[in-house]
Amino acid sequence: MFRNVAELIEIAESKNKRISEIMIEQEMEFTGKSREEIIAQMDKNLEIMEQAVARGLEGVRSVSGLTGGDAVLLQRYIEKGNFLTGKNILDAVSKAVATNEVNAAMGTICATPTAGSAGVVPGTLFAVKDVLNPTREEMIQFLFTSGAFGFVVANNASISGAAGGCQAEVGSASGMAAAAIVEMAGGTPDQSAQAMAITLKNMLGLVCDPVAGLVEVPCVKRNAMGAANAMVAADMALAGIKSTIPCDEVIDAMYKIGQTMPTALKETAQGGLAATPTGRELEAKIFGVSLQKGD
Amino acid sequence: MKYRSVFDIIGPIMIGPSSSHTAGAARIGRVARSLFGREPKWANIFFYGSFAKTYKGHGTDVAIVGGLLDFDTYDERIKTSLEIAASLGVKINFHEEDAITDHPNTAKVVIGDDNGELELVGISIGGGKIEITELNGFALKLSGNHPALLVVHDDRYGAIAGVANVLAKFAINIGHMEVSRKEKGKTALMTIEVDQNIDNNIIEELTGLPNITQVTKIVD
Repeated sequence: MFRNVAELIEIAESKNKRISEIMIEQEMEFTGKSREEIIAQMDKNLEIMEQAVARGLEGVRSVSGLTGGDAVLLQRYIEKGNFLTGKNILDAVSKAVATNEVNAAMGTICATPTAGSAGVVPGTLFAVKDVLNPTREEMIQFLFTSGAFGFVVANNASISGAAGGCQAEVGSASGMAAAAIVEMAGGTPDQSAQAMAITLKNMLGLVCDPVAGLVEVPCVKRNAMGAANAMVAADMALAGIKSTIPCDEVIDAMYKIGQTMPTALKETAQGGLAATPTGRELEAKIFGVSLQKGD
Repeated sequence: MKYRSVFDIIGPIMIGPSSSHTAGAARIGRVARSLFGREPKWANIFFYGSFAKTYKGHGTDVAIVGGLLDFDTYDERIKTSLEIAASLGVKINFHEEDAITDHPNTAKVVIGDDNGELELVGISIGGGKIEITELNGFALKLSGNHPALLVVHDDRYGAIAGVANVLAKFAINIGHMEVSRKEKGKTALMTIEVDQNIDNNIIEELTGLPNITQVTKIVD
C-alpha cells in the first residue's frame, strides 16, 4: 500500500504500470473485490458525472438564487469564438461550473473528493476528452489516477474545508485533476506528481469562506479556476517543468497551513467573503436574519 | 490511514451541496437509525462547530433527518425529509451548540420512542466519510469501513472470550476490536470490526451468552 506520492511513483515506475493501475490493484487488495466490480463501480461514478455536467449545461438555478446559469453563459461565449485564453481551458471551466451549479441546486453529483469541489475533476476530464478522444476505459482510469493522488492528500493532510480550508477541497481536486490529465495525455507517473505539486502550490492558503454558509459563493467560481489551474499545470508538467518542492512536501505544507488557519476561515461563514458587507447582506436576505450571533 | 478506499475519494454519489455537511450528516443519521433498529418517534439533534454555524445553508438538517429515515446519500427524498418526518409523526428538534469539540464537524443525535433511547456522537471528517465517536456515553471509534458488531455487556471476566469464541466457531475474523466502559464492574461496550457480514443466527447465539445485554450489527 502506498502512503505518499513518492511511494506511489516508485511502485508505478518499478512495475512499469500506470498510476491508475496501481490504484485499482490496491483497491482489489483492500476490498477483496474483483477488478470488474471495482471498474463497474467507478463507471457508475463516471455516469453520474456525465449526467451532472449535462444538466448544468442546460442551465440550473440554486434555491437561494445565488448561483446558476454561468456554465451556459460560458458555452455561448466559446461558440462566438472571440476568447482570449483557449477553447479547452474554457470548456473545462464551463463543465466544472456546470457540475457545481448542479451541486448548489441540491442535484445529484459524485464527490471528487468533496461535493464543494466536485466540479474540477469531471470538468477537466470531459474537456480533455474532446481533445484526446480516450476510450471509456481510459476515462475510468482518469478517475482512478485522480483518486490515487486524492487518497494521499486525504491521509496525509485533509480534504475537508472545515479542517483545512478550501486549499484542502478545490486545491486537492485541482491537483488530482492535473495529475490525471498528465496520465491521459501520455505523461509519466513522475510528470503526474509534478503537475499535482505545481497545482497545489498555487492553491496553498486558500480559505473556505462560503457566503451564508452555502456551497455557492465563492465555491462555484473556485471550481472554475481550479479547473483552469489544473489544465495549465498539466501542460507545464508535460513540457518537462518540475516543482522545486517535492509533491509530498507541498501536501505536508498544505496540512500545516490548514492547521494554523483561523477557524473563521474554515467553513464557518464567519470570515473572508462571508463577512463582507455584501456577503452579510445576502445571508440576511436568504435566511431572514443573520446567522452570526453577536456581530 | 483514515481513508482506505479510492471510493472514499471519488464518491460518494450524493445529493448536494456538501459532502461533509450533507452526505456525512446523512450517514451519521443512518448509522443511528441502523443501531436503533427502527424508526424513532422523536429526535434531538445537536450541532457543533462548523455544523452549528452553517447547517442551514448546507442542508445538514435535512440530510441528518434523511439518514434517520434510512435514506442513502443519493436519495432524492433527503430534500424533503423534514416534511416526510412530520407526516410520519416523528418529532425533530435542532440545537446549535457553542461547545468546542475535537472535530469541527460534530453532531450528537439522541433518538427514541416509547421502548427506548439511543445517543450517538458522530464526526464528518471530509469527502462524506464519517466516524462514530460515542454511543450511549461510551467512547468508541467506528470507521464504517467494515461490517461491525456492537456488544453491550456486563463488565465481567469471560464476557469478551465468550464473544470471541462464538465468532471463531463461525469462522468470522476480527479486524479491529475495542472495549470501553463507563465504570469498573458496570456496563461495558465491545466494538468489533469484522471481515465478513454477520448472519442473524450468530447475533442470536451472541445474545444468548452470559453477561451479554444487547448485540447490534452494522452492515458494510
